[in-house]
Amino acid sequence: MSRIFVAGLGAVSPAGWNVAALRGALDKGEPLPTQLLERPGWNKPFSVRLVPNPAVRPEFLAHPRLRRTSPITHYVVATALEATATVCATRIAQFRLGLVVCLQSGCVNYSCRFYDETLKDPATASPLVFPETVYAAPASHLAAVLENVSLASTLVGDPAAFLQGVSLGAQWLEENRVDACLVIGAEETNWILADALWHLERSAILTAGAGALCLCRDSKLSAGVELAAITDGHTYSTQNGRSQAARAMRRQLGAPASCRPKPSQGNEDLAGKMPALPELLCDGVGNNPRAAAPELDAWRDWTGPRICPKRILGEGLMAAAAWQCVAACDAVAGGRFAAANISLVGSNQQAMGARFVRADSHISHLSLGHPTGNIRS
Amino acid sequence: MLFPTTSSRQTPPRVVITGAGIVTALGLGWKPNAEGFRTGRTAFRPVSLFDVSRLRAKHAAEVDLPATLPPTRLSAKQSARLDRAASLLLLATDEAWQQSGWEPAENLPLVLGTTAGGMSLGESYFRQAVQRPDHRRHQATRAVYYQPQVQARMILAALGSNGPITIVSNACASGSNAIGHAWELIRFGQTDRVLAGGYDALSELVFVGFDALQALSTTICRPFDAHRDGLALGEGAAVVALETLESARRRGADILGELVGYGTSIDQHHLTQPHPQGSTTLMVMKQACETAGITPENVDYINAHGTGTVLNDSSEALAISEWAGRRAATLPVSSTKANIGHLLGAAGAVEAVVCLMTLREQWLPPEKLFETPDPACKFPIVQKPRDARLNVVLSNSFGFGGVNASLILRRCV
Repeated sequence: MSRIFVAGLGAVSPAGWNVAALRGALDKGEPLPTQLLERPGWNKPFSVRLVPNPAVRPEFLAHPRLRRTSPITHYVVATALEATATVCATRIAQFRLGLVVCLQSGCVNYSCRFYDETLKDPATASPLVFPETVYAAPASHLAAVLENVSLASTLVGDPAAFLQGVSLGAQWLEENRVDACLVIGAEETNWILADALWHLERSAILTAGAGALCLCRDSKLSAGVELAAITDGHTYSTQNGRSQAARAMRRQLGAPASCRPKPSQGNEDLAGKMPALPELLCDGVGNNPRAAAPELDAWRDWTGPRICPKRILGEGLMAAAAWQCVAACDAVAGGRFAAANISLVGSNQQAMGARFVRADSHISHLSLGHPTGNIRS
Repeated sequence: MLFPTTSSRQTPPRVVITGAGIVTALGLGWKPNAEGFRTGRTAFRPVSLFDVSRLRAKHAAEVDLPATLPPTRLSAKQSARLDRAASLLLLATDEAWQQSGWEPAENLPLVLGTTAGGMSLGESYFRQAVQRPDHRRHQATRAVYYQPQVQARMILAALGSNGPITIVSNACASGSNAIGHAWELIRFGQTDRVLAGGYDALSELVFVGFDALQALSTTICRPFDAHRDGLALGEGAAVVALETLESARRRGADILGELVGYGTSIDQHHLTQPHPQGSTTLMVMKQACETAGITPENVDYINAHGTGTVLNDSSEALAISEWAGRRAATLPVSSTKANIGHLLGAAGAVEAVVCLMTLREQWLPPEKLFETPDPACKFPIVQKPRDARLNVVLSNSFGFGGVNASLILRRCV
């Protein structure tokens, strides 16, 4: 088994166009201001959190492939460039880069626009718009911008599917099919999506953006974070509801209830050397008590530090899942935590969890009971 | 755990197919489809699902859905929520499931490819939201069942099973990628068996989209013909039951074929156009051969992506010709899109099942309306129904966005 490291992070969110803005908003801990989004035929607009316009027009928008693209592609490209900045600065030209883009709603802006044109007069519907409606469009454009993507896939699912994407990227790295792999979760906002969310979860505030992890095998490229675990996908069914799936995820992840690493067999010597940093829980709990109940119940014994990005940023669907991972990795990379646990209890597919640790610590291997042969002291 | 994995296998296991289900405009199930493909029957007719009077193209390969779906563990209320695409998927899955002889399980992975999922529900949602904004009836249900992962959950529930679901959406390569991904899950040691396939139903948005691109044929779909003028759309689904050879032998299962090679990559040339020289196509065919441990000399038939568009077919023809080298002169190639149209996210899975049919029954599927070969074709196009000795066949699939995939299947005797 290879060790998988996080080489870089990227984020576009209602807080701004980089990870620093995301970090700043989460550190501040106050819900971001909302904006109004008109809905045709209704007097009352939706309350949403829009991605602000970037302070300076991003240079990448000059790329010929991005001329007609919708916001979701802009978010994907911006996060990818941020996440690969370190790798690019070193040796990306020789790299085989993998790309996994995860979406729940995907390219809704152009889909709505094209279908609206179709209903008005199909004979004049724009051929330029249609190709941008497919789920695979953002990955395609990003591959063209980066130029060295050798393997790419777009996964669709509920937000927990972002961790399926991370797992796929790790698999490609383990099989030595790529040298680094970008895993991106992204969404864009429009009125039809806000409308659908209103039907399903009225207290949710829709938002958009993207988050990216750049994974690698080479420890020298590590940003100080290592992937330690990804649980199975605990799929919902009649017999296995969200609550049961969330609890199963929690059991499998095995994150300790206590916030501090405990010495266990084999790491007594390390316990003395290791800074007693706490562990973080980064969950997907939003403002709807009913929707959040299964996840809160699964983690009810958690006494350590916890962040809930959705409460600050809003419901970003797959982007929100990516922000959870980005925020968690950023917190670990910043030296504030020894490890971070990700809890993703998706809306209609599955519950999944993950664990990232400091690349110079050994908590993951010890607490998960894995072989300790590759521990560095 | 998905990571770290616990596989201790030194060499990847062999992966075989013990169940296959197929639904196309040629019919429901293996038998009518095998008869149709073997004889080169075409299944196009005027579109009845939506109004095409204002469009250039008027025909597609529509499936005649049965009045009732096969009995499953879904309740009547659940079955009523299946849209056209999910119904196609259920029919194909049920056939593969029955054939495989598998028992319901709580950890059965399902990997599906689709481009549109429940698009018809999305269209209904949009129309109602725009035309009757105060009318909210059914909208919440549509918003949920439109999503492909929810449709996949319904399929597992229909089988009395549960398990991890992966939805691959690499446009028209989705079906091949789904089967390839499932193959890798087994070889990587993450599971011993997987249900995998692809599905897509005809939808107004997609039909109008291809019509707007002027990619649809206004005459007849003739892949690789010098006078081809576009593709024809179809709909359908195919699902295969993949498991290790060891597992299949232990159960005494009937093995339909072995999946021996898979290659995939991305063509960065253009969102909708392949590289003119087919460089990525060439790459994925080579990759598939490498993983299979074979050379073009070992391949007995290619089921081409062959959409019938000018750009795709010339690019693919160049790639196949270069890849096959001297073998090209005698390597039979055809595209079954000439019979059933382009099934988008289902195409790769359906064509993989067609490949299984050719291996199992030893015939080549003809393009009966093919007349004049494109100059780039250095290989013969199968034009007439004929029997053939087939041991190894290759299937190509390429998608909008540039993801290319090749699968190689081998006969099991």
